Parts: sequence; C-alpha cells; structure tokens
Amino acid sequence: MSATGIGAAVRRKEDQRFITGTGNYTSDISRPGEVRAYFVRSPHAHATIKKIDTKAAEKMPGVVAVLTGADLANDKIGGLICGWAITSKDGSPMKMGAHPAIAADKVRCVGDQVAVVLAETLTQARDAAEKVKVDYGVLPSVVDPAKATAKGAPQIHDVAPNNQIYDWHLGDKNATDAAFAAAKHVTRLDIVNNRLVPNAMEPRAAIAEYDAGNDSLTLWNTSQNPHVARLVISAFIGMAPEHKLRVIAPDVGGGFGSKIFIYPEEVVALWAARRVKRPVKWVSDRSEAFMTDAHGRDHVTRAEMAFDANGKITGLRVKTIANLGAYMSTFSSSVPTYLYATLLSGQYAIPNIYAEVEAVYTNTAPVDAYRGAGRPEATFVVERLVEVGAREQGIDPAELRRRNFIKSFPHQTPVIMAYDAGDYNASLTKAMDMIDYKNFGQRKAASEKKGKLRGIGFSTYIEACGIAPSQAVGSLGAGVGLWESAEVRVNPTGSVEILTGSHSHGQGHETTFAQLVSERLGVPIETVSVVHGDTDKVQFGMGTYGSRSGAVGMSAIVKALDKIEAKAKKVAGYMMEASADDIEFKNGTFTVKGTDKKVGWGDVTLNAYIAHKFTGGQLEPGLKEGAFYDPTNFTFPAGCHIAEVEIDPETGKTEIVNWVAVDDFGTIINPMIVEGQVHGGIAQGIGQALLEGASYNADGQLVTGSYMDYAMPRADDLPSFKVDTTVTKCPSNPLGIKGCGEAGAIASPAALINAITNAVGHENVPMPATPSVVWKAAQAAAMKRAAE
Amino acid sequence: MYAFTYERPKNVADAVKLLKKADDAKILAGGQTLLPAMKLRLASPATIVDLSGVKGLSGIKASGKAVVIGAMTKHAEVMTSAAVQKAIPALAHLVSLIGDPAVRNKGTIGGSLANNDPSADYPAAALGLGATIHTNKRKIEADKFFKGLFETALADDEIIESVSFPVPEKAGYEKFPNPASRFALVGVFVSKSKDGVRVAVTGAGEGGVFRVKEMEAALAKNFSAKAIEGIKVPAKNMIADLHGTAEYRAHLIGVMARRAVAAAK
Repeated sequence: MSATGIGAAVRRKEDQRFITGTGNYTSDISRPGEVRAYFVRSPHAHATIKKIDTKAAEKMPGVVAVLTGADLANDKIGGLICGWAITSKDGSPMKMGAHPAIAADKVRCVGDQVAVVLAETLTQARDAAEKVKVDYGVLPSVVDPAKATAKGAPQIHDVAPNNQIYDWHLGDKNATDAAFAAAKHVTRLDIVNNRLVPNAMEPRAAIAEYDAGNDSLTLWNTSQNPHVARLVISAFIGMAPEHKLRVIAPDVGGGFGSKIFIYPEEVVALWAARRVKRPVKWVSDRSEAFMTDAHGRDHVTRAEMAFDANGKITGLRVKTIANLGAYMSTFSSSVPTYLYATLLSGQYAIPNIYAEVEAVYTNTAPVDAYRGAGRPEATFVVERLVEVGAREQGIDPAELRRRNFIKSFPHQTPVIMAYDAGDYNASLTKAMDMIDYKNFGQRKAASEKKGKLRGIGFSTYIEACGIAPSQAVGSLGAGVGLWESAEVRVNPTGSVEILTGSHSHGQGHETTFAQLVSERLGVPIETVSVVHGDTDKVQFGMGTYGSRSGAVGMSAIVKALDKIEAKAKKVAGYMMEASADDIEFKNGTFTVKGTDKKVGWGDVTLNAYIAHKFTGGQLEPGLKEGAFYDPTNFTFPAGCHIAEVEIDPETGKTEIVNWVAVDDFGTIINPMIVEGQVHGGIAQGIGQALLEGASYNADGQLVTGSYMDYAMPRADDLPSFKVDTTVTKCPSNPLGIKGCGEAGAIASPAALINAITNAVGHENVPMPATPSVVWKAAQAAAMKRAAE
Repeated sequence: MYAFTYERPKNVADAVKLLKKADDAKILAGGQTLLPAMKLRLASPATIVDLSGVKGLSGIKASGKAVVIGAMTKHAEVMTSAAVQKAIPALAHLVSLIGDPAVRNKGTIGGSLANNDPSADYPAAALGLGATIHTNKRKIEADKFFKGLFETALADDEIIESVSFPVPEKAGYEKFPNPASRFALVGVFVSKSKDGVRVAVTGAGEGGVFRVKEMEAALAKNFSAKAIEGIKVPAKNMIADLHGTAEYRAHLIGVMARRAVAAAK
C-alpha cells in the first residue's frame, strides 16, 4: 500500500476549502441582473384554489412578476413525475396523480406552492408575496397513512381512489401461510417507522439563467444527480431540449437522499428565468426545508416471524402501509417496495417470505429516499422480530441469530436478492468481543445498584448497495439504468482529470477517487483532480445515492484507467522500441520486460501528446479514455451493531453508554472517510430512534417545523463509537467494494430500540424513544411486574 | 424581518420617552427571543428600543444579604461571576443551563424575565428565591411579577433596571431539558432561607412559572428529598405536547424537586 493509494487514511483534499469558507455552494453564486424568487405557499393541508389575485402584489416595489399555476399551464410546462413504475397485485399500474410545479386548482399539503413572486431583492419578493390574495376552499385532510384508505377519508388525487397508489406484494403467500400454520412459535410486532426530515446542512437552492442568443438555459442547483435532473426536466417537464439545458451542481452541503429528486422550485426558476429574461435565484430557508424537502420513512407495519422448535426461522410475513405524502416524488415508489421488501431476509436463511405493501397519499410533504431508503425500514422489522423472538423463546439473541445466519454463498433469498459474499458470524463475534458481551450481566447489576436500568441490543443488518444492474432494475420498473460513467483525461504533463458521473456532496470523492488513480498510475494525489456535477463538462452519469459511488462510480474509473494503461503502454513501446505486450507498468514507471530500459509516467504522457515517436497510422495521439460500468449484481454490505444503554427509570432518559459497530464493506479505499461515514450514519440512526420524528397535527399542520420541536442529534446525545471492520470482498466489481454510506443509519435504530426494550422489559417503545415514551414503557413494565 | 425604526437611547428616561412616543415599540434586551421572531416575521414591531447603550443597567453586586444583578447583565457574566457562585451557587448553575454559549453571551436577565417564557429558566430562580424586580417606576416582588404565559406586571413603558435575589441558606435547581429546544421541559428551583422554603417550577405549567405550596410546607418541616416523596403534583393545568404529556410533566416535577433538594447547597 502506498501512502496515498487504496487503503491509506489520506486527509480529505476538499476539506481545506470547506472549512475555510472558500467552497462554492449554489447560494454563493450570483448572476448579473438576477431577481430573487419567493414562493407563496399554502397554509392549508388540503384546499381548492378558488381564485388568486396578484394585482396588489404586482404593484409592490421591486416586483418583476408574479406567476401562478395558470401561467405555468399556459406555457405548457409539464408536471413532476415519479420515475419508477410499480404494478399492483391485480396487475394495475400505480396511480400517479398530477404534480404541477405550481398548484393550479388544488393544494394537497401545507407548503404547496401556489404562486411565485420575482423581485429585485428577497425582502421585496417576500413583502409582495404577502400581498398575493388566495381564496381557498378548505377541505378535510388526512395525515395518518393508516387512516388514508378508510371509508370517507378525504380524496386527495382523483386518479387514486381511496388514496391508494398501489397495493403491491412480493414472495410466496401460500408457502408462507403454510409455514406459519406449522410454526412452533410466532412472534408478532406492530411497528411504526417514524417520519424524518432530512435536514441537510445546506438548504436547497436553484439559480436559473436564460441565454437568449443560444436559446439555452443553465441551472445551478443543489443536486445529487445533475444529469438525471437535466433528463427529467427536459424529457418529462419539457422545459428545453437536453442539449439546450445545462445543469450544474457545484459544492453541495449534504443531501442524504433529499437532493436526488427533482423539485418544483428549480423547474419554476428555469421557466421564470426564460419568461422574464433575467436570472432567477431561489434559496430555501430552513422553515421551507422542513415543509418541502422530501421526508423519509413513514411506514406502519404488522410483522410476524415463524419459528420451528429449534428456533429456526421458517417464515416471515409483513404487511406495510407506506405514506408517500401528497405527491409522488421522483423515486418514491421504489423505496417501500424494491428497496424494502427485497431486504426482508436480513442475514438469515428464511425459506418463506411474503410482503404486502400498500402505498398511500396523505396531505403531508412527499416522502422519498432518505439515507438507507427502505433498507433501514426492512432492517428494523427483521431485527426487532429476531430480538423479540429470541426473548420470547428464551434463547440468547446472538445464539438465535447464529442458528439462522446464511453461511454459504451465493445465497438466493425468496425476495429477489442473491447475496454474493459475507461472513455474518465473524462480524457478530467481533462485535460481541468488543462490547464485552459476556460480562454484560455484571454491568447490569452495577447499574441496578445505582437505580438505573441497563439494556443491550443487537442489529445484524444487511443492505443492498451498488445500485444497480440496469437490466435488473429495468425489469422491476425503473425508468433509468443505474450504471455509472467515467472519463480519465491525462494531460501532457502527466496530471490527471477524472470526470465522473458520481456526485460528491460530502462523501470525499475528490480524495478517494484520487487515491484510486494514485494507486493505479503511481502519481501523487495532488496531481489528480476530480470533476463532477456539470452536465456540460461531464459525460452523462447517474449521480450519487444508495452507497453507489465506490462500488459503481469507481468501477467505471477502473475501466477507464485500464484503457489508459493499455494505451500508455503502446506509447511507451514506441518510445523504447519494444512491443506493447513487453511493457510492464509499476509505480509510475514503464519498463521493457527482461531489460533495464525504462521511461517515466510524465515522459509517456508528454509523448502521447507530442506524438513524435509514432505515426498517426500507428497510434492516435492523446491520452483520454472513457468508460461506462454497469454492475452485474447489487453489493451486500453487512455487519453487526450492538448498543448498550442505561436508563433513568424516574425520567425515562436514555444514555447510550456503549456502541460497537463491526461492518463488512469489502475493500476500503480510505479508512478515515469510511469511519466518518459510519459515525454519521449511526448519529442519524440514533436520531431516528431516540430524537427525531416529523409530526403533523390532525389539520395537517407540521408541528415539528423548526429545531425548537424537531430534535436533531447533538454531540452530547452520542457516545464515543467503537468502530471496526471485517472484510469479505465483493466479487462482482473490480475493486471488491461494497459501499459504506448508509450502513450506520440502516443498522442503528434496531440496535438501540432492542437495547431500550431490553432495559425496560417492555417491547412497545415507539420511535423516537423520547424520555416521555421510555418513561411510559417503564411504567407499563413496572405495572405488569406488580400484577404478576 | 420587516423594516423598523432602531433607537439606541443612552439612559432610561430617554428609553421611556421613546417607548411612549412610538406606536408599537419593543424593547431589545439581548434579542434572543425577539430577533428570531422578527426574522420569521412572527413579530413586527415598528420601533426597536435597544437598551444596550443605556449606562448603569449592567453589572453584579453581591453582599451577604442579596445579589443584585443589572437588567442588561448577560447570562455568561452571571454564570462566571465568582460573587454569584459564592453567594447563590444554584443561580450560577441555573444560568449555565440556559441556551448555548451564543445565547448566554447575548441574552440578559432583564430580557428573560420580561419575556416570561413558560419554559425559560430565570423565572424559576426569581420565583424560587423570592427575588425583587426593580423597575424605573417601582419594586415588584416575584410573586406579583409573573402573570401567565409571556405576561408580566410590567407596564408598556416600564423598564426593568435590576433584579435583587436574597441570599438563601441553601438552594438547588434541577432542569430536565426538552430534547429538541433544550428549554426546560420541567425545571424546579428550591430554596431554604429564614423566610421559609420556596419551590418554583418552570416548563410545566400552562400559566408559566408557579410555586408548589404543598412541597414548600413539607420541606419547611424537613428539608430533605424524602419529605416530598409522597407529594404528587396534579396533571391538571400542565403543558401537554409531543415532548411530554401532562402526566409526565407532573411526575417530573416530583423527580426534579427531590433532586434539587438533594443537590441544594
């Protein structure tokens, strides 16, 4: 391993600019002559729009235009779409309601945009927005997914009777029912996977500029996948032909999934910029972010696990209602289906699985992928069932897991996925050693002496990353392929530019991708730059989400580097008058096999461009290669998290006293960055389990609309994590990478709730397990004990 | 934020004049509540009278009998004051739990008391110690100062100049923070002095800070956590929200009161 190659804990190259305030975020950008946009948003969760009067607003100082849904429709700008088609049990397609970028006839959630004001300054736009008079006909609303399909529930989209978007299933119902009929023990749980607000540090933003001379548009936005944004805005929304639309996602301050999607505001900014022929800038404030960023999770589930007499799992039956909110966001339909039910086998050999998922509309913000996307929900279901099943059967939870682990690979689950490699016992054993599981009883006794309740909980999770083989996802309804692209441009002086279709919004690609190049070409990472996020610079790419940039994005770079190396060897061959087949390349030096002849990297790259040693007939000048990599399988990161908590029974306050994470991510490029990803993921998972929960009241008002009520995890909520890895390489990509971005958020909620329920002796502890919730559970457990 | 007129008087008399003259004026005394509300356009005063330029409103004077804190004294100054730490350590402790360092370096005692947020910490200390609020017009006992949610006995043109806390024999403050805002979900301040025992609760009451007379009576006889173990505060009139039910808050008052008594020094 070189000091800057694969496996080296290199400091992040990009951090210098991020921590010295010299990054370039969308809101840092200003265009000459720009106007500011401010949206008029619905205060009602559900209402008809009877009339909009913009006259008074138009007369306000500085106002350039006030535009409504009617203007948008007149200009034939299409609505937003969901790009993954799901088919219901009965063969019918999902019921996708229209999603205009500005509501025209009806609003369906608080925050729905009904008009946009463009003015010289933001304050002027805001002042004028207050003068837009909207006459609403308020309708009854529904926010609870479990009530959305009830008789008499308010109808949100005409195309979706009873608010049902689809009623989908996966697995063999009859075989699973038979397994339950023959079961020795059945564990049943009702689970609510709480709704989360993504809260990226940088709120969303968009600047749109129209070039009248070329009749082209440029959009700077906070996107995790600018090419997909361009494709959707061009092909589906009809804004402009793809070659007349440039999308640039510069530095982006976190996404966690919420910036994958195409949002109304950026569509409106583009349209408005062309209409008023001035650049239009919109920056979300934090209140808007709470209201309008696509939320995550929000499942209501009934789950059952069947066991035989030996504690072997014989069946799993799951019925989930998934809340997709008021509109179907870009990839919303795939999250509670193919990213959820396909992971319900966990790390276990479960012969029979049947999952039913009903997706519903409610009068709430749209729900879509959020760090983990479906896989945290699946892990929570499986890991809660296994832990409670172990408790009910009097079997140690680690032992029950071991009895059921998949031990040979490849392993075909009953829910599509074919696991390629793993060693689940290795990560479990290591984690148990690290947390000193065998002495937990002593620690529990010591806590009891202090009047505290101590508990321990496991989560042996699995996820599917490296999303994904295009043909496979196409057959499951995806509207796009999920390959990745790369171009490697070697300059005459030997420095290297990597143009990647992946997008970095905190992941550290500028460092890890450079480490790959350093390893392969023997060049210092300082001479490698990574270019991403601009559709005019970079070839079409699919962006970053689903922990895919290492497994898929870097695989594309490897393919391109293979081509670079092959061509460079030809150049070296001409330079040393040897056959390319006899050239060896190591540590940046080309040698002729069996001789002492050698040339350096910089000599070869210069010669590739000056082309003095070969003719055009022999070899094309230059050194630039591109590649598209389509994965052959998903990757399957897995591991074991163990949480240990101490609870004050008088207040219900949970203190996390110990946390161990042992993950198998396959090959690791930069262990420091991976550890950071694990820390961040666990923090988000602890946030979900302990603190965070988006809450709407019965009228559809977002109660948790600010940090006064929405509890984000803070440093003093978190313990010092003990993090380690085990390694089984991923066999389906050239580097053996599995991906690490989401694991922490996927694994941790189940571990923490398992620990809390273990401590209080009561299984009904909904998330977030706030002190109030835990106190109530401890009271219930105490009352039950007293009654016994 | 809407446009407003900004005034920065040099003395209290000028400040009062400005308050009387303006139609819709608000005093700025640190701005840790007012400014966020204005930024969200939830508050829109026409005139802001900033007291930060008024001389003599800031500072701490401690004697054996009382600690007198100027209205514009910042939380950070009270928290780090050796005099306060020595005379009423529970008060310094309470102030150290307000907000975060940024809030504590801008927010003031006068601003906090005049705002009377039902979840703020300072009202518990004022009521729990039997403080006297000195204004430009009069002296107001803490028992007569707090009048319900965000309501006080202050007139529109009345300005707090200082707050006098009698030094108790011992006092303690225990706060259970709201997990999101870190305001008090329940905070209990207890004090024991020659005038008796006081137990003041913030965070829990629908009407803001209040005293628990039953606990005070029990503690007057026997100042120990055990003395109040059996006392249950009724859940009626307690705040109920997504962070805690009324029952939970009522229960926490007992827990925090016992801990405050145990920690009192």
